Amino acid sequence: MADPTKEESPAAQEAAAQDPAAQQNARVLALLHSLFGEATFTDVEEPYGLLTVTTKREHIHNIVAGLQQDETLKFRFLTTMCGIHYPENLNQELGMIYHLHSLVHNIRLRIKIFFPIADPVVPTLTDLYATANWMEREAYDFFGIIFTGHPNLRRILNVEDMDYHPMRKQYPVEDGTREDKTDLFFGR
Amino acid sequence: MAVNDALAGTHKIIEEAKEQQGGQLVPTLNDFSQELTTLNLGPTHPATHGIFQNILQMDGERIISGVPTIGYIHRAFEKIAERRPFYQITPLTDRMNYCSSPINNMGWHMTVEKLLGVTVPKRAQYIRVIMMELARIADHLICNSILGVDTGAFTGFLYVFQEREKIYEIYEEVCGSRLTTNMGRVGGMERDLSPAAIDKLRKWLKEFPAVMKEFESMFNRNRIFMDRVVNVGPISAEKALNYGFTGPNLRAAGVDYDVRVMNPYSSYEDFEFDIPVGTNGDTYDRFLVRNEEIWQSLRIINQALDKLPDGPFHADAPHYYLPPKQAVYKNMEALIYHFKIIMGEIDAPVGEVYHSVEGGNGELGFYLISDGGRTPYRLHFRRPCFIYYQAYSDMVVGTSLSDAIVILSSMNVIAGELDA
Repeated sequence: MADPTKEESPAAQEAAAQDPAAQQNARVLALLHSLFGEATFTDVEEPYGLLTVTTKREHIHNIVAGLQQDETLKFRFLTTMCGIHYPENLNQELGMIYHLHSLVHNIRLRIKIFFPIADPVVPTLTDLYATANWMEREAYDFFGIIFTGHPNLRRILNVEDMDYHPMRKQYPVEDGTREDKTDLFFGR
Repeated sequence: MAVNDALAGTHKIIEEAKEQQGGQLVPTLNDFSQELTTLNLGPTHPATHGIFQNILQMDGERIISGVPTIGYIHRAFEKIAERRPFYQITPLTDRMNYCSSPINNMGWHMTVEKLLGVTVPKRAQYIRVIMMELARIADHLICNSILGVDTGAFTGFLYVFQEREKIYEIYEEVCGSRLTTNMGRVGGMERDLSPAAIDKLRKWLKEFPAVMKEFESMFNRNRIFMDRVVNVGPISAEKALNYGFTGPNLRAAGVDYDVRVMNPYSSYEDFEFDIPVGTNGDTYDRFLVRNEEIWQSLRIINQALDKLPDGPFHADAPHYYLPPKQAVYKNMEALIYHFKIIMGEIDAPVGEVYHSVEGGNGELGFYLISDGGRTPYRLHFRRPCFIYYQAYSDMVVGTSLSDAIVILSSMNVIAGELDA
């Protein structure tokens, strides 16, 4: 079983350097740094071989637009985007995660942004990708993330008069006041 | 006599109106041009094959705009999944694209296996490929035959539904259920392919091509059918990509993106098959692409069945794969593992993984974030229907109502996958 938290030995690191996926990721990272500057990206990881970069919300539109226009790697397919909520990360509670795909070179890229829950405002991508429209409406519906410039930011899956955003972590799936379901041994 | 009287009455009304308007015949086209009709297509309309609503503005027979409303069967799968152990999420995936449940099941299992780092033996991978391709055939059969029904050809639908029934019998032999299959487990299959299942499969593989040929000869060059579908609802490759199209709908527009080839999973690289593509992405192209994919799926199943390797049908992963029930009664370790798995006492590694499979409608993605607990911290489904259905309101503008029905049907929008 692969353990991602385990420290890799130097030999394993060398093997990773020979790995085509790792080389590809290094190429993408070099491109990102050259296009948008190294300081733009605060965190770079490769969980399960998929290059993941974290940036700030003010850069996200620039980055996605720049990658769309870029001729070398052609990231021109927005696979999916989704919101996420980490209540314990102070001032970074909410996040958006974007998956981009270069169909020509078959490279995937994940971009994350985090922002405070008190100010959940993100620029829209609908001017770049038509497909971003409903994805952003879904993120608004589930997490209450506001997309500035979105042409029609309404709830999409839940009813319009719902007064909360149900995917936030403070709303449990089951009614927390019920006692008939607690179990002394397993806590459920 | 009565008819003549009525006609005379009508003539009188027209003559009177003519006089009022200064001799001009009453309404001209211009008088009506400002008058739009609002039409509710759905939420429960027999031709939409699912619960979704489109509020259409119609100028006579022509559609001016369409506003889709979705979410009628939203069941909050992403939220529910945050409280369920991994093996209990499989039934949720069944209920997304319920026309091809096994693909959803296997896609989810593979996502979890990727997170856990479990390698599945070849035999299990081949069985998965067989079941996934059967599901793809069932999915495409429904879509194409319903398209026939919507254009007025009911017979083809009945022919191929017989075959879908046989596919469901094979499912039944493999996993015990038919529509919402909950097939396989994390780590492999729950049981090996039984001789009865292989017999049924071989028999079906022998009989099905003749039916499929008959179905194709009924539709592919049928003048009436072609008049209804050729050049109806075309979409260009650029636009389709911008709208996030995947699967047969994207391939009909001429882009050969197929997850099975681009990022092979479950040993798809071992099989030889072609990716059919269309040219202008209209309803006819989508129909032909799906038909051809059925033939390619048959090729894959035949290869997989012929090359089916011997060996175990599940991975050796006692922490995640339930032990056989007999062993639970006799064997201490088996009892412990059984208990731990069922009670959800086994923690997953921390990590995040995106895995996608080629579903019946396109790239079906699972984005799983695990914080190390027994349930996902966040699970996001990339549902191809949800993503490409937003192009629908764009595609129907300027067409007639009957074309809108045909376009909807050829896009194969499944309400369960749309709403999750």
